[in-house]
Amino acid sequence: MPDQINFELVSPAKLLISAPVDMVVVPGVDGDFGVLDGHTPLISTVRPGVIDVHEGGRVSSRIFVAGGFAEVTGTRVTVLAEEAMPVADITAEMASARLSAAKEKITDANTDSEKQAAETMMAVALAMKDAAG
Amino acid sequence: MPSLKDLRLRIVSVKSTRKITSAMKMVAASKLRRAQTAAESARPYAERMERMLGTLATSLAGQQGAPRLLAGTGDSNVHLIVMITADRGLCGGFNSTIVRNVKALAGQLIKEGKTVKIFPVGRKGREQIKRDYGANLIEGFEGLGRKGITFPEADQVANRITRMFEDGEFDVCTVVYNRFRSAIQQEVTRQQLIPFVAQEVTAGREVGGTGAVYEFEPSEEDILNVLLPRNLAVQVFRGMLESQASEQGARMTAMDNATRNAGDMINNLTIKYNRSRQAQITKELIEIISGAEAL
Repeated sequence: MPDQINFELVSPAKLLISAPVDMVVVPGVDGDFGVLDGHTPLISTVRPGVIDVHEGGRVSSRIFVAGGFAEVTGTRVTVLAEEAMPVADITAEMASARLSAAKEKITDANTDSEKQAAETMMAVALAMKDAAG
Repeated sequence: MPSLKDLRLRIVSVKSTRKITSAMKMVAASKLRRAQTAAESARPYAERMERMLGTLATSLAGQQGAPRLLAGTGDSNVHLIVMITADRGLCGGFNSTIVRNVKALAGQLIKEGKTVKIFPVGRKGREQIKRDYGANLIEGFEGLGRKGITFPEADQVANRITRMFEDGEFDVCTVVYNRFRSAIQQEVTRQQLIPFVAQEVTAGREVGGTGAVYEFEPSEEDILNVLLPRNLAVQVFRGMLESQASEQGARMTAMDNATRNAGDMINNLTIKYNRSRQAQITKELIEIISGAEAL
C-alpha cells in the first residue's frame, strides 16, 4: 500500500474535496500529469479538462474543471478550479448549450479582451463536450 | 401633558414600527444564513490562492522584470482605496465604521502628501464620504449582489481596478471591508491588493523550511500573469461576500435592538396612558361629588 497524498479541490464558491487519495491525474497546460506522494513541488496552470482521482488501483471519481491552477508539494496537491463539477453531472445538452453561447460571444466580441474571454469560454465548452461524450 | 388621544395614536404608531423592525430582523436573519455560508465557503479558495501566490512571489522576489501587479510601479504617490459598504442603511454602525476607517486612512495619506482616490462599492459609503472627501471620489459600483454576490460581479470590479492600474491611475490599492466574525461582530479589515503583499502565514513553509524549489509549468512569469489578475478578482470577491454577510448580521442585530426598544416604549406609553385615563376619571368623580356637596 503506497502512501497517500492529500488532494484538495477548491472552486471560488466552495471547498469541494479534501481527502487523502492514492493518485491524482491533473490536466496541466503542458499535458496531463499524475501526482503521487512525494512528488516534486510544482505549480502549474490547469487547462479545461478532467481530473482523475485514483484510489485502490482504479479511478474513483472524475471531475471536470474549467481551468485553474494546481499546486503540488510533497504531501499535498491543491487544485484551484475556476469551476468544477463531477463528470457524471455533465450532459451533452449542457455542453452544447455552452458551446453555442460561446460561439455567439465570439461573433459579438468587439474588443480584444472580449474576444479573449469568448475564446476561453469556447475552450471550456469544447472540453466539457469531450468530457460528456 | 399629552391628551389621551395623542397617547393612543403614539402607541399605535410605535406598534407598527415594531412590526416593521421585527419583520426586517427576520428577513436579515434568513439572508444572513445564506450570506454566511457563501462567505465561509469562499474562504478556502481565497486562502489557498494567497498561499500559492505567496510561494510564487517569494521564489521570484528580487528578480528583475516581475509583473507590475506584483512589484508595483515603484512609486507610492497615488493611493486607491476600495471601500466596500452596503447599498442600504438601517444596519447599525455597519456603514459608518467603514467610512470612518476610510476617512482616517485617507486623512493620514493626504497628510503624508499622497494623492488619494476613493473607489466606493455600495451606495451608502459613497453618500457618507461625499461631504468630506467628495473631491477624491471616483465613479464606483452600486446595486451589486441583490441576489447574492456572484463571481462575475466581483470580476467586473476587479477588471475596473486592473484597467485603472494599467492606465497608471494609481500606485497602491487597498481594499477596506467588514470581515464577518459572527452575527454580532464585524471587523474592519484593510487589505493591500496592489502591489501584492504575502501574508506571513501564507508562505508555504510546510514544505519544510529547506527552501524547497518549485517547478513551474509553464514559466513563473506566465503563471503569475494569469494568477495575479485572478487573485485580485478572488480577493475582491471575498471582500464583497464578507461584507454582505456582515451587513446582514449587523442589520439583524440593529433590528433586534430596535424591536426591543419599541417594546419597552410601548410598555411605558401604555402605563402612561392608563395612568392619565384613571386620573381623568378621578377628576370627573371629584367634580361630580363636590358639585353635589355644594348643593
